[in-house]
Amino acid sequence: MLEQQLFNALSLGCVYALFALGFTLVFGVLGVINLSHGAVFMVGAYAALELVLRVHAPLWAAVVFAFVFSGLVGLLIDRLVLKPLRARDAPHLIPMIATIGLGLAMNSLVQGLFGAENQRFPSDVLPDQAIIIAGVSVTVLELGIILVSFVLMTVLLLALKRTQLGRALRAIAESPKAARLLGIDVEGLFMVTSATAAGLGGVAGVLIGLYSNALFPLMGQPIMHKGIAVIILGGMGDIRGAMLAGLFLGFAEVLSVAYIGSTMRDAVAFGLLFLVLLVRPKGLFGSVQERKV
Amino acid sequence: MTALQRFARASALALAAAAFLGGPSLAAAADLKIGVAEALSGGAAQYGISIRNGFQLAVDEINGAGGVNGSKISLVVEDEQGKKDEAINAFKKLIFQDKVLMLFGPTLSNSAQAADPIAQAAKIVVFGTSNTADGITSIGDHVFRNSVTEADVLPVTIRTAARVASIKKVAVLYGNDDVFTKSGYDNFKKALEDLKIPVTTTETFAKGDVDFKAQLTKIKATNPDAIVLSALLAEGAPIMVQARQLGLNVPVIGGNGMNSVKVFDLAKGSSDGLWVGSPWSIENRTPENNSFIIAYTKAYSSPPDQFAAQAYDAMHIAAAALKKVKLTGDLAKDREAVQAALPAITWTGATGKFAFKRANDKSGKPAGYDADQVPIVSTTRGKNYEIEK
Repeated sequence: MLEQQLFNALSLGCVYALFALGFTLVFGVLGVINLSHGAVFMVGAYAALELVLRVHAPLWAAVVFAFVFSGLVGLLIDRLVLKPLRARDAPHLIPMIATIGLGLAMNSLVQGLFGAENQRFPSDVLPDQAIIIAGVSVTVLELGIILVSFVLMTVLLLALKRTQLGRALRAIAESPKAARLLGIDVEGLFMVTSATAAGLGGVAGVLIGLYSNALFPLMGQPIMHKGIAVIILGGMGDIRGAMLAGLFLGFAEVLSVAYIGSTMRDAVAFGLLFLVLLVRPKGLFGSVQERKV
Repeated sequence: MTALQRFARASALALAAAAFLGGPSLAAAADLKIGVAEALSGGAAQYGISIRNGFQLAVDEINGAGGVNGSKISLVVEDEQGKKDEAINAFKKLIFQDKVLMLFGPTLSNSAQAADPIAQAAKIVVFGTSNTADGITSIGDHVFRNSVTEADVLPVTIRTAARVASIKKVAVLYGNDDVFTKSGYDNFKKALEDLKIPVTTTETFAKGDVDFKAQLTKIKATNPDAIVLSALLAEGAPIMVQARQLGLNVPVIGGNGMNSVKVFDLAKGSSDGLWVGSPWSIENRTPENNSFIIAYTKAYSSPPDQFAAQAYDAMHIAAAALKKVKLTGDLAKDREAVQAALPAITWTGATGKFAFKRANDKSGKPAGYDADQVPIVSTTRGKNYEIEK
């Protein structure tokens, strides 16, 4: 039972981390808490579902499509909403409130187009039978989510550390003004970041939508609440922090269900989170590294 | 005089004449006016429209067979949109303006809590066909319903499942942040205590959770014979899938929230072995139900659901009561006569044998009337619900 619960915790932690990666990236570079990320996540899932249902696309194609589609949505959000606000030097709260509105609009739009009832991916896109490995029941999807979240984290970290683009992004995270003076195309990189983060949200939407077997217009809402907790715990804007904090929340939730009781789950998980923040107010990676990205 | 003016004058005259002739006593002699307030738009419309169709089908049958003691039934239909305040408005209009003899509706229990007291105060029968929450009929002696409550259905579901699948001990899983699933849990808990079925563990989840494996792994370790599940389909379907993935292949006993054909799609491949109780089933091949299903499908070119069946039966029950009432033309007296005649009516219709039973109010005094009816317990096999006897 313990092995099974540890595996459950790992896969749930990776679900949270997968969602939090894009979420934290936007904050790290743009300094915006993008509260439409949950809706972008949902839009990605619906886009992939449409592709699968209409042209019977294989799953990998649907994931790529979700990345592109959500990425475009993210790009539009940046161009139409966040950029004008930046141009006017709007205080931090304004883009946050604006993205709440965007999220509501996207939820209503999808509800208008596809209805409020639950939908799911056809059962033949992935084998959903469990495989038993050393007494632990494991599904292909769980392994996929674990793999994808670690790979994405590594790719993002390497891109930020090793590439010219990453160096520019880190310079922007430090100070957009200074970066602009150095000749870095700040607006262009904001666009790239918004699109990438939203694309990652879309991919998370497909995988988590497959995982829960339930796509509905408000599916991004509950996971966004968890996502906010994860990126705060990880240290706002920190990629490794988001991964680690996602795993932390997953383990805290599963182990509190296993050993304390499911009615106490959220109390225990968020109590622990609170304790960590008491000791490290800037999150797990926040104080070690002032630079966020 | 222009054409428009002539038209206006003619219409005014016609209106005046109608107002003069169309007094309430005259209408009562010609037609039996019955008010219907259901959610015909908004989120609950899928239920409300089925209900209205069920009423209309029954009225057409009754009027086609000569009406009630020679009088035709005429329905006055209002859309209460599934909202409390609209239900109150619709009730007021039907009672005071349209002066109906009795009322049907509203669709949702929430709205019934708000609007039924108005009917009670006006001393007119209000008859719910879809309100299943506790406490509706405790409002007063003019409140009737033929919808079977969860408190009545769940014990029968558990008893039948326990007998057929020889279940000795169960694990309980429910959503603890939703009024409906929490009240389903309360009813399950009481039923399990009454039936002396031990509970191995009680686990909870929250709305919007995507992963239930922690709870299910824990449940599996306690080795239950079945899982008692109070959930809506959004969480209930993934719970069934994930339970089967963990090798937890025991029956799942569900509440009303799991009673939907969508489970075959949302939990595809893992939907077998779900037990639910319901007042009506399309698989229940009694002569009354067969003729209802055929007539409904012919009239609306889609098969009926539980809500249409309950509305259809309710209208026949009301007509049976009206048959016993001698109308005087005094609206207040006639409304009271309907209230006096209704409790004794028994009926065998689409939902089977039906009678009323007295409900009590909060202080234990007799109040309105609930359904006294045996629910039908079904299990899922393949893509169908199969009736368990």
